[in-house]
Amino acid sequence: MRVLVCVKRVPAPGSRINISPDQLNVDTAHLGFTTSPHEECALEEAAQIIEQHGGTVTVLTAGPTEAEEQLRYAASVGGTDFVLIPNNSGGDWDPERTANAITQAINKLEAEDGQFDLIMFGNESADAGGFQVGVRVAVALDRPIVNGIKGIEINDRVFTARREVDTGVEVYQLEAPAVLGVREGINLPRYPTMKGRLASKKAEIAIAPIEVHAGGQNKVRLHRPEERVTETNVLGESAAAAARVVDLLDELGVL
Amino acid sequence: MMGEILVFVEHDQGQLSPSAGEALTAARELGERLSQKTAAVLVGQAAEGLGTMCAEYGVQLAYCLTSPVLSDYGPETWGQAIVELANQCSPSVILSVGTDRGNEVLAQVAARLGAPFAANSTVVQRGDAWEITRVQWGGSLLEDIVVDSELLIASYNHHSIEPAFFPGDNEIEVRTVGVELDPTLGRTVIRDRVTLTEGVTLSTASVVVSGGRGVGSADGFAQLEELADLLGGRVGCSRAVTNNGWRSHADQVGQTGTRIAPEIYIACGISGAIQHWVGAMASKNILAINTDREANMVTKAGYAVIADLHEVIPAVIEEVKRRRS
Ligand SMILES: Cc1cc2nc3c(=O)[nH]c(=O)nc-3n(C[C@H](O)[C@H](O)[C@H](O)COP(=O)(O)OP(=O)(O)OC[C@H]3O[C@@H](n4cnc5c(N)ncnc54)[C@H](O)[C@@H]3O)c2cc1C
Repeated sequence: MRVLVCVKRVPAPGSRINISPDQLNVDTAHLGFTTSPHEECALEEAAQIIEQHGGTVTVLTAGPTEAEEQLRYAASVGGTDFVLIPNNSGGDWDPERTANAITQAINKLEAEDGQFDLIMFGNESADAGGFQVGVRVAVALDRPIVNGIKGIEINDRVFTARREVDTGVEVYQLEAPAVLGVREGINLPRYPTMKGRLASKKAEIAIAPIEVHAGGQNKVRLHRPEERVTETNVLGESAAAAARVVDLLDELGVL
Repeated sequence: MMGEILVFVEHDQGQLSPSAGEALTAARELGERLSQKTAAVLVGQAAEGLGTMCAEYGVQLAYCLTSPVLSDYGPETWGQAIVELANQCSPSVILSVGTDRGNEVLAQVAARLGAPFAANSTVVQRGDAWEITRVQWGGSLLEDIVVDSELLIASYNHHSIEPAFFPGDNEIEVRTVGVELDPTLGRTVIRDRVTLTEGVTLSTASVVVSGGRGVGSADGFAQLEELADLLGGRVGCSRAVTNNGWRSHADQVGQTGTRIAPEIYIACGISGAIQHWVGAMASKNILAINTDREANMVTKAGYAVIADLHEVIPAVIEEVKRRRS
């Protein structure tokens, strides 16, 4: 099974997200970075798939040179091949441009080494949350795609994919080659092992520069939604506060 | 001369989605603002009867798209059906609400038309170009964008529009439009459904008792379970907890978990990282139980107890039982 997972490097802010002085990006001066959570799960799913069925997991990202960090992490948790599409513009590409670059990269990778049976994206990126890159790539490649997937079973060349809705689960069946948008919760991603850390050091990262035009969505500025200022009523500093807590529950009518 | 505003009205096998009112209200309001006609888009024969419900929101025209491959939901068939309609009526705007389906279908439409797509918008304005505000980081940040396209394809952020009925005797014309679709697109139509009959869920519970890393272990949640049961509520958790394997991801509150809106959210040993907060901020009241007075969860909560949760929770359980007996 040849699997491709597309991941995004995103900042990992704590209690507040600060905005850069030019208002175009998140101020990452004091932040670490991580792989967007849905994609981390997509990668885990891919690793489990090749453990069961054999094959390779290619991990691809479009991002700054530093996104190598996320590809190396991927190497420590089951990725086998790594591709970086450099974008050193200092900010994200718009969704059309990102999708276009990824599509071109996939075409090149497939021309060299054969078709991917399964391509996985995260349902949406944690930061920009555009909800479209995977769909655009799938449409460009004329492959089936379903988003919001929280369960995948493989039978022959058919992927049975499950999506949670309010009332239960929707079941889809996609024939390879297929594309899936995966959600956090589909699995519990593993932590790197010693062996994984070694693989991470040795991983070779292919750099795939791609020329793409900007799409139609132009960022003007980032800003913060109005914040609600709350006066915190401290009910107590020990277990003795229980009586006041229960008074509160009673007042709210939930007792 | 600009065309009409099309609004995708979500339904499941003819059952109108709760988000439909938001979509229709937003579309009617935009139509009034831009002096343009608004039309509801109902996909599939099963939706034909939904016209009268659309009328209640003041929309006067609906297109019902029909084809044998539109019998049940499929992102590709539904997307392509709307593309066929757009090719016939050249709309100026295609709208939806940013639910799973709302975003998925419009992403399909945008990809197929080669147009931009602004997901989860909160403000849509037409100046010299389309000026949109949309959410990033699940609602922690807003982004102003300019969309460089005659046709605007956008979803409204779910729950950011208050649905409003339109007074008056509301008539609607439902036009059935047969669309030719490539049957191979049926490849992503729903094959099966599993219905889960659950009572109160995390997203509908009036009390949520949630635990974070401060709970310390999977076993530590027994106390939270007991309190939630006593109050007819549900147990939630932070991502630190799911990552540790203490609870299933189904219990996770936050940006990549569930968004909750209970009468009271009791957050125990949770620091209140921004990605957790966006899932909890719609709670009507928040009680933080934390040893750290400076924790974000505490400073943002209306009520707090600054103490060890393992001492406070059992005491609260006892007190509830005492008052009830
Ligand atoms: C892209 C992205 C998406 C994310 N999505 C989510 C999400 O959906 N949901 C989510 O929750 N997180 C999410 N996170 C993770 C988030 O950033 C935090 O890491 C996480 O919420 C922290 O969980 P916590 O508050 O339980 O742990 P911590 O931050 O470690 O906080 C533990 C708290 O417990 C308190 N405490 C410790 N012991 C006790 C005690 N005995 N009694 C009382 N209090 C005690 C401490 O004072 C502290 O405040 C996401 C992160 C990223 C990067």
